[in-house]
Amino acid sequence: MESFLAIVVGLMVSAAFFLMLSGVLIRFVFGLILMGNAVNLLIFTAGRLAPVNPPLIGAKQTLLAAPAANALPQALILTAIVIGFAMTIFMLILLFRTHDQTRTLDADQDRFILETDKTDLPDITGQKVQE
Amino acid sequence: MTNLLVFPILLPLVVAVLFILARVRDRHAGTVAIAGALAHLFVSFMLMARVMEQKVTVLWVGTWPYPAGICLVADYLSAVLVLITAVIHTAVVVYAAKDIETRQIKAGFYPFMQILTAAICGAFLTGDLFNLYVWFEVMLMASFGIMVMENPAGRLTNAVKYVALNLLSTLFLITAIGLLYGLTGTLNLADLHDKAAGVENTALFTSTAMLMMTAFGIKAALFPLFFWLPAAYHTLPAAVAAFFAGLLTKVGVYALIRLFTLVFITQTHITHTILMGAAMLTMVSGVVTAASQMDIRRILSFHIISQVGYMILGLAIFTPLALAGTLVYMVHNIIAKSNLFLVGGLIHRATGTFHLSHMGSLYKTHGLLSAGFFIPAFSLAGFPPLSGFWAKLLIIYACLESGHYTAAAVAAAVGLLTLFSMAKIWLEVFWKQTPPKDPLPLPKNYSAWMMAPVLCLCLFTVLLGLFMEPVMQLSLAAGEQLMNPAAYILAVKGGG
Repeated sequence: MESFLAIVVGLMVSAAFFLMLSGVLIRFVFGLILMGNAVNLLIFTAGRLAPVNPPLIGAKQTLLAAPAANALPQALILTAIVIGFAMTIFMLILLFRTHDQTRTLDADQDRFILETDKTDLPDITGQKVQE
Repeated sequence: MTNLLVFPILLPLVVAVLFILARVRDRHAGTVAIAGALAHLFVSFMLMARVMEQKVTVLWVGTWPYPAGICLVADYLSAVLVLITAVIHTAVVVYAAKDIETRQIKAGFYPFMQILTAAICGAFLTGDLFNLYVWFEVMLMASFGIMVMENPAGRLTNAVKYVALNLLSTLFLITAIGLLYGLTGTLNLADLHDKAAGVENTALFTSTAMLMMTAFGIKAALFPLFFWLPAAYHTLPAAVAAFFAGLLTKVGVYALIRLFTLVFITQTHITHTILMGAAMLTMVSGVVTAASQMDIRRILSFHIISQVGYMILGLAIFTPLALAGTLVYMVHNIIAKSNLFLVGGLIHRATGTFHLSHMGSLYKTHGLLSAGFFIPAFSLAGFPPLSGFWAKLLIIYACLESGHYTAAAVAAAVGLLTLFSMAKIWLEVFWKQTPPKDPLPLPKNYSAWMMAPVLCLCLFTVLLGLFMEPVMQLSLAAGEQLMNPAAYILAVKGGG
């Protein structure tokens, strides 16, 4: 089971990198989401996999039933998912507003790059480069 | 008062909540923020005093025992950095009170700054790896908020680069945390130190170390991962740029120091050799790129990169003296660099531009501002008796002592090139006549309250240089503490 999940994680990460390197920012976000999920799966696998009881304490007990799953990776993943949500939404809104300004989300296009470096262009007209 | 450790984190958060709940948006906003910053400075000072007394102080949050719970730990390194964060925060907030416009206050400038401060202190104080990740996320979110606060054309595409790269580095970080947990079964830093020696799969352990180095390398702007920094920093308002420039990369440096002195110490011939190479390339590439720039803020931004190289060099040499050098360098650099960005903002106010070829004559019209630039700039370049001289001396001495002669030569040469850049700004901005078709500098176009933090930070730089002996003693103690973490681990275990 571990090796299977390891291969799945590897495939997801490579797909994520393929998307992220495409230069179109919306694909970058998809890559980021995919990679986030791959990492969560990795943490889950790192917490060891075994057919055991869920880490829940029964109604009238004070301890976990003997072979119980590791609860910590699940807590870590939950935290990572919540933070990942917030970050993804922020990134999407940021891209939406950027698109308003540049009319493109292709990071290789001139419009995107020129917009970025407008303040750095050398002054050729004798006018001051104002912010 | 064992709860003292939590105040540097809690206090700014409370102030931030106050800002949002009470809708402080008018001219009182600056006053409230300054009061919050002063209170934060006070508790940070108390924490420093406590650490001087106890060497290491620990607080277990909740009642979970070692090593399951999350603890806050302050040793010399953490306490010094928290104190310096509070100092810079205060200086920046005083400056911003006169500089920030109403629409920026409405966009949430002050709460974001407070949250950012809390997150930075949290990252410095936590003793748990996953908690460190969470503080980094809080820090990122707050810095994103400030970065996109207002969006004139060109700002957002820079923010996209910053956000994208930082999110990627965060994913690397959490991957490394997952792998490390799989290898050792713990996330407490002190416990990791104990378990690291027993890890059988050294190949995976070293790979995890490299993944961690990449993640924090992006945040600390190490070669070749620094390209986001000049793009993002040079469009920010002066106060924000000063805060970011002084502190954000240093949190990455701190995380590298903590992890590569406490956890990843079994394979130093691999990890620390790579750090050494990265440090040298970072120093050289930062300073060389800076030499070709003509915008003040871009020059300063590239110098941040080159200075980070020095700090990492100290870590890579891995002796108590070198680590002491790193700490002195961090303290010196945070003060000088933040100050220079504030001065950059004042120069912009006086001349209306950041471009070196369009200004001049400031020495004639703005004497005090000239002094305000001269001290941090030439401290950065390593002029005795300013703080930068001692910081560079310590690092180079540690290089020679441990036989790293190439590194010593590179460090010295980069210092010379730094001097070139600073002298360039000095000549172009202060000594040269204003070009005929450009307007003359405006006298007194800024409030005395904006000059005050600049002069205070200058004073710190001078005092740090003049009274180096006690600072050196403290740094050497911190270096010893980092190289022999027995006291740190004992304190963490004992507090459980």
